[in-house]
Amino acid sequence: MSAISSQSLTRKFGDFTAVDNLTLEVAKGEIFGFLGANGSGKTTAIRMFCGLLAPTSGSAIVAGIDVAKQPDAVKTRIGYMSQRFSLYEDLTVKENLAFYGGVYGLNRKEIKDRSNELLDRLGFKAQENTLIQSLPLGWRQKLAFSAALLHRPEIVFLDEPTGGVDPITRRQFWELIYETAATGVTVLVTTHYMDEAEYCTRVSIMVNGRMEALGSSRELKQQYGVDNMDALFFQIARPGGTFTHA
Amino acid sequence: MKPIEVQSLKKTYGTVQALNGVSFEVEPGTIFGLIGPDGAGKTSLIRILATLLKPTEGEARIMGLDVVKDYKAIRHQIGYMPGRFSLYPDLSVEENLRLFARLYGTDPKANRGLVEEIYSQIEPFKHRRAGALSGGMKQKLALSCALIHRPKVLLLDEPTTGVDVVSRQELWDLLGKLRQEGITLLVSTPYMDEAARCDRVALIQEGQFLRIGTPSEIVKTFDKPLFEVETLNLYGALLALRSWPHTDSVFPFGETLHFTDSRSVPDPEGVAQYLQKELQAEVTVRKAEPNIEDVFMRFMGQPTAPV
Repeated sequence: MSAISSQSLTRKFGDFTAVDNLTLEVAKGEIFGFLGANGSGKTTAIRMFCGLLAPTSGSAIVAGIDVAKQPDAVKTRIGYMSQRFSLYEDLTVKENLAFYGGVYGLNRKEIKDRSNELLDRLGFKAQENTLIQSLPLGWRQKLAFSAALLHRPEIVFLDEPTGGVDPITRRQFWELIYETAATGVTVLVTTHYMDEAEYCTRVSIMVNGRMEALGSSRELKQQYGVDNMDALFFQIARPGGTFTHA
Repeated sequence: MKPIEVQSLKKTYGTVQALNGVSFEVEPGTIFGLIGPDGAGKTSLIRILATLLKPTEGEARIMGLDVVKDYKAIRHQIGYMPGRFSLYPDLSVEENLRLFARLYGTDPKANRGLVEEIYSQIEPFKHRRAGALSGGMKQKLALSCALIHRPKVLLLDEPTTGVDVVSRQELWDLLGKLRQEGITLLVSTPYMDEAARCDRVALIQEGQFLRIGTPSEIVKTFDKPLFEVETLNLYGALLALRSWPHTDSVFPFGETLHFTDSRSVPDPEGVAQYLQKELQAEVTVRKAEPNIEDVFMRFMGQPTAPV
């Protein structure tokens, strides 16, 4: 069974079609790069996959659940992390994990056991009572990612998880993604770093609400006759459309 | 006199050292790039130059004027585009531009030439509320407003953060044109590849410069032969090289790995043989030219001495 399966998924805002007939299958354990220019419809599609926004037409089955029929049930089976919002800065590491665990319906014992296991694995045990605001950005992001996985979701959505971090931390973060996907968790990730598109199993490129390209980076480069993902992106997400629709 | 002169600048917030002694100059009509991750001190430095923040120690001058003593005079000489959207969301596009022109005591028409190309792209939406603009259009309006009084120095704080590669390229093309107009630009960015669009850059981390110079000078400071490794099983190759005694450094770089050898005489053929045996797959190892990101990673945590 696919982790995400959408059929002609469409969302309109007034007479503007943000997502236009998106049909997509993402396999379990896949690292799927969800690419596109600003305003191409990525965020709207992700919000529908997460049960936060109802489709205008079409359907999406995420982790076995129909997002239009049971939006709340979807939320318990997925994890979400974005660069802009992740952890509460004025709570400690442990408090943040307890908060996320609670929101996702874990009981006290589960929260305690899973937090301890996670902090041991990340080597953060000594910092469990540290406020998030005094941690380096790279640590915060690793922790935010782990918090999004605390309730053992089948799919995790990462919205520009590596924006603004230094190049070494950025690479360490991708290793975490690899390790996570190897355990069978499906990862859907957005990024503006084109080298990161190469680390994905497959990528799609959205343009004006439609999926214009789909495949592994190797396949797509071959198909479009380009030697890197930057060039591919330029060719598909042509300039001109970007500013009027962004 | 240089348009921007900075000497031993330090800024502390309580116990946090945001800037720990940076010095540099920017030549007239050039683009200086400040490249580094979030929290490196880029915004503190730009806000000091924009006279919005006082330095704790050291000096900074814009067009020969001191950022602390002559702050009022400096504000007429500079344009400043902060990282976050800075315009009035309830005013229309046109009203924002007129407001900025009035605040600077100029007529929007007088300097229309400089902003014409940028503003013409958003002019069809001139009656729209600024808050209702898309990200790309907001950015163009902010840039138009920062240029309306024809500043000699333009300070841009992360204008391309969170922006897709196509829009990033368009913005850099615009900045290149402003440089041709003789404007001096200081631009901060977390994207290492944008160094190529600058005349000179400083790589900044934890309040200090790791390197400063032209992009080609900086790349030359990479002190080891660099190799790229190509194979279908890149992750496997990464793990195999990490546990190999002859590995000095190994990092994923898109579809290849970048590798340096710990031996004084590197042995790329030996690397390929080792990986072929470990992975049972085809492996190519060839010499590569280091880029700015390679340099940044190599010298992270090893700043040049504070000056």
